[in-house]
Amino acid sequence: MARHFEQELESLKTTLIKMGSLSEDAIRLSIKSLLERDITLAEKVIQGDERINTLEIEIDNAIIDLLALQQPVAIDLRLILAAQKINNDLERIGDHAVNIAESAVALMKQGIKEPFFEIPEMGELAQHMLRDALDSFIHNDAKLGTSILKHDDEIDELNRKVVREFVERMKADLKSIESGMDLIRVSRNLERVADLSTNIAEEVIFIAQARVVKHHAGDESDSTIH
Amino acid sequence: MADPNIKIQTDNLSVHYGTRHAVKNVTLGVRTNHVTALIGPSGCGKSTFLRALNRMNDLIENTRTEGTVMLDDTNIYAEDVDVVELRKRVGMIFQKSNPFPKSIFENVAYGLRINGISQKRLLDETVEHSLRQAALWEEVKDELHKSALALSGGQQQRLCIARALAVNPKVLLMDEPASALDPIATAKIEELIYELKQEYTIIIVTHNMQQAARVSDYTALFYLGELIELDETKRLFTSPSQKQTEDYITGRFG
Repeated sequence: MARHFEQELESLKTTLIKMGSLSEDAIRLSIKSLLERDITLAEKVIQGDERINTLEIEIDNAIIDLLALQQPVAIDLRLILAAQKINNDLERIGDHAVNIAESAVALMKQGIKEPFFEIPEMGELAQHMLRDALDSFIHNDAKLGTSILKHDDEIDELNRKVVREFVERMKADLKSIESGMDLIRVSRNLERVADLSTNIAEEVIFIAQARVVKHHAGDESDSTIH
Repeated sequence: MADPNIKIQTDNLSVHYGTRHAVKNVTLGVRTNHVTALIGPSGCGKSTFLRALNRMNDLIENTRTEGTVMLDDTNIYAEDVDVVELRKRVGMIFQKSNPFPKSIFENVAYGLRINGISQKRLLDETVEHSLRQAALWEEVKDELHKSALALSGGQQQRLCIARALAVNPKVLLMDEPASALDPIATAKIEELIYELKQEYTIIIVTHNMQQAARVSDYTALFYLGELIELDETKRLFTSPSQKQTEDYITGRFG
C-alpha cells in the first residue's frame, strides 16, 4: 500500500519543479530582453513575477501542512526542509530577473548603446548553473550538485571584472554613469542568481547525502548533520 | 432534506452516566466521505460521544441520552428506529480487535448470514470484496478457512474492518483502532482509513494526536465533555482558534 504521504511529497516536488522552471524562464527572458533591447519582453518578465510569488506562498503552505500533519523524519524531513529553502531561493531568483528586466527598460529608455563587456558570458554561466541545480534536484543527483559549486568562483571573478570595466568607463566618460550603474546592477544580479543556484545545489547534497556543504564548498571539512 | 454534505448532525447531544454528565450539549456536524477525528484527554467524553452515534451507550445501564443525532434524515434516537439496522449502517471498530473464533471467511460472512443470506455466490463475492476493501485479501486469499485468531494483530483489525464493511455501512466509527498495533500495522490501518473515506464517512477517536493529524480531514477537540473546537485538521494543527486547543495540541495541558 503506497503511503499517501509519499504522493504529497511527490506533489510538493512537482510544484517546486514548476516554480524552478518559471524562475528559469524569468532569468532567460530578462537577459534576452537586455541583450536584444526588447522592452516588451522586459515588461513581460516584470509582470510574470506575481505568478512566482503566488506559487511561493502555495509551496510554503504545503510545507507547513506536511510538517504539522505528517511528522516527517530522515530523508522526508530533509526533503521538506530543503524544499522550503529552495522555494525561497527560487523566489529570490525571480526577483533578480525583475531587477535585470527593470535595468534593461531603464537602459533602453536612456537610448544609449553601451558595451556589455562580460555580461552575456555571465548570463550564460548563471543560467547554466541554475539549470544544473534544478536538474540535480529533479534527479536527486548530489554529484551534479557538487559540480555546480566550483562555478561560483568563476562568476564572482567575472562580476569583479565587469565592475572594474564599468568603473573605468564611467571615470573616462561621465555621461556613461547612469547606464554604467544599471549594467553593474545587472552584473550584480547575475552574480546573485549564481549564488542562489549554488544554495540550491547545496540543498540537493543535503537531501541526498545528509551532508552540510554550505560556507565551505569543496572543503574536506564539510560535515554530516549531527 | 438534510444537507448531503453532512452525514451526521448532533444537536445539543448530552450523555449522562448516572449523575455524571459525560457529554455536554454537543452540536457537531460530521462531513460526508471525510474523516473526522475526535481528540482530547482521557475522560473528555470523546469515546462516549462516538458510541452515542450508533447507540452503543444504550447497552450501558443507567445511561441517559438527550438531544438529537440525525443520520441523514433520521433521528437515530427516535422510538421507531431499529437499533440493529442502525448499527449496520453505522459500523464500529474497537481498540482491541475482536474477531470471532471462526474462520476468516465466516467472520466476514457473519453479518450476512444473520441477515439470512446464504447463497454461496453472494457470500463469496461479498467476502472477497470486503477483504479487498480492507486491504487484507492478498494476504489471506489462500487461507480463508483458517481460524481468524491465527492472524496477526494488525490483520485481525483489518479483518474486523472487513466484517463491518460486509453489511454495507455508510458510516464507520473507530475507537482507537490502532492503539494496540505496532508502527507498521498502524501505518496500514491509517492508509486504509485514507482509502475508505472515498466511500464511507469515518469518525475516529484517537489518543494519538499525530495520528489524528495524519489521517483526518476534520478534527474536534473535546474537554470535560464539551466540544472545544471543530475545524479542518490543517487549520486546527497550524492555527487553532481556541487557546485551549493550542495548549492541548502543543502538550501544555491534558
